[in-house]
Amino acid sequence: MPRRRRLETLAEGAVAAVAGTVVVAIGLIFVFVAREALPLLTDPAVWEEARPDRFFALAGEAPRSTWQPVSEDPRYGVWPLLVGSLKVTAVALAFAAPVSLGAAVYTSEFAPPRLREFLKPVIELLAGIPSVVLGFFALLVMASWVQDVFGLQYRLNGVVAGLALGLAVVPVVFTVAEDALRAVPRAYRDAALALGARPSQVALTVVVPSALPGILAALILGLGRAIGETMIVLMASGNAAILSLDPTVSVRTLTATIAAELAEVVFGGAHYAVLFFLGAMLFVITFGLNLFAEWWVARLRRRLAGLA
Amino acid sequence: MKPTDHLPRTRWIAALALGLLAACARPPEPEGAAAGATTSITVKGSDTLVQLGQRWAELYMAAHPEATVQVTGGGSGTGISALINGTTDICQASRAMKESERVAVKEKRGVDPVEIPVALDGLAVYVHESNPVPSLSVEDLRALYLGQVKSWKEVGGPDAKVVLYGRENSSGTYGYFKEHVLEEGDFAPEVQTLPGTAAVADAVAKDPNGIGYGGVAYARGIRLVPISKEKGGEAVAARLEEVESGRYPLSRSLYWYTAGAPSGLAAAFRDYALSPEGQKVVSEVGYYPLRVGAAAPPEAPAQGGAASPGTDASP
Repeated sequence: MPRRRRLETLAEGAVAAVAGTVVVAIGLIFVFVAREALPLLTDPAVWEEARPDRFFALAGEAPRSTWQPVSEDPRYGVWPLLVGSLKVTAVALAFAAPVSLGAAVYTSEFAPPRLREFLKPVIELLAGIPSVVLGFFALLVMASWVQDVFGLQYRLNGVVAGLALGLAVVPVVFTVAEDALRAVPRAYRDAALALGARPSQVALTVVVPSALPGILAALILGLGRAIGETMIVLMASGNAAILSLDPTVSVRTLTATIAAELAEVVFGGAHYAVLFFLGAMLFVITFGLNLFAEWWVARLRRRLAGLA
Repeated sequence: MKPTDHLPRTRWIAALALGLLAACARPPEPEGAAAGATTSITVKGSDTLVQLGQRWAELYMAAHPEATVQVTGGGSGTGISALINGTTDICQASRAMKESERVAVKEKRGVDPVEIPVALDGLAVYVHESNPVPSLSVEDLRALYLGQVKSWKEVGGPDAKVVLYGRENSSGTYGYFKEHVLEEGDFAPEVQTLPGTAAVADAVAKDPNGIGYGGVAYARGIRLVPISKEKGGEAVAARLEEVESGRYPLSRSLYWYTAGAPSGLAAAFRDYALSPEGQKVVSEVGYYPLRVGAAAPPEAPAQGGAASPGTDASP
């Protein structure tokens, strides 16, 4: 008996150590990113070249906020990139959310079991497509198609990138949302049916509301994936840093900027530090989103539990 | 995107084998004897040339195991200062030396620098094959890419808005275009930047109003526009002969510099680089060889528009 307990403690310790390592690794990554961006504040020469005080300036300088890092007069206006990232993410979710949630409700509530067994793995297979392949597909095929359908001036733009990104987001949202829907106890459905509700009423008024925390978590997960995705937007968005709310013009995102520029910058220089600042910003955005989602989901759960 | 990634391995092996054969065939070469004196040299300078220099060094060392050729980048300026300070044997430069730099070499080293053109570099401008614009001047290109001219009509084309394509700012092609065409002006924010010459060529092939620049790639659906130095001047096509003669405005020579005439291993290495074999490496890496017929024309790496000759090779 004591021997078994000792083994138990050992196993527990090992698992805790593994989990701890992950937390420590994430912490260290953030420390690294922040440290590389730090010269912006501490090194006067870097400060002078990068002018962090102008990162978010919208007024003053002539063409508002400009991203022009390789220039005799480098300008690091962050707004075009930030707005670009948000624009593409918005398009991606506007496309992916209805599609994936609709598919999740259908497969979990209406599809015959055999069809479900087929649909779920197929949609999840989408997640297995490397993003570089999706990006290439968007660049060569989707871009022309979208341009023809919507009659756009630019072939590579925020809409194309957003739609391609949506394809990457669909399986993530679908899988988590579908699991959440399936996790709603059978008794809820039976009770509603027994009270005379039609299957569509059961799905929309009983099952979906009870699964709402899970569905929200799925959407936030998809949002994080969309903001952080690099390859698809790098290939399909045209990468022009234009500050505009119009999604049909070319877009440069935070991630694509880092990917495209980091390889050739001078280590420890101003441009390098600014790129790490962008990385830190992305980190803070996704971290904030996750934190907010946790809080919201917890609140919803409590409220649902109170109602149930 | 390095063009060398697309090099067939067989060609590599063939080149290596050739080099080895040549080395075995005539062991008591005079240059081999001279190289015995200096068995190690350094080559430093232009980032545009660093890849080519490294390829030459690899192949040369494979054929001459006793020699060590160390190639590093840092930029033409870095290489020239190294030559002035005597810390490098050969300086690679993607521009000609300035008079002040020549004087500095003479003062510090006591000898005049010797200029050795080793390769040529050219940049093509693409438009969609349906675009009727007959030619563009360097001035037109500048106005287009600075965002001052937004319609094809103003440069002799149809009445349509211009869609600009270019390269990422980490690319040597970007730097070359910015320096030689924009005269260090800033690209318009509307320029869509794409990863690699192949991507630019493909984007232009699918965009009737598009314009792009890059190495001379022969992708389907695009046309290389003849370029004139001045508005109204004679337009020159981006052809091998025109690049070689220096008449094509978007071309430049790539140089080596040594303090005084090279000797020993440096001279042997120079002879290798200028030999037909060495010049063949030039077109494999994506630049233009110095002599016609000295090597395969540079369309070889552009098959299917997948590879990218031109300044791509530079970081």
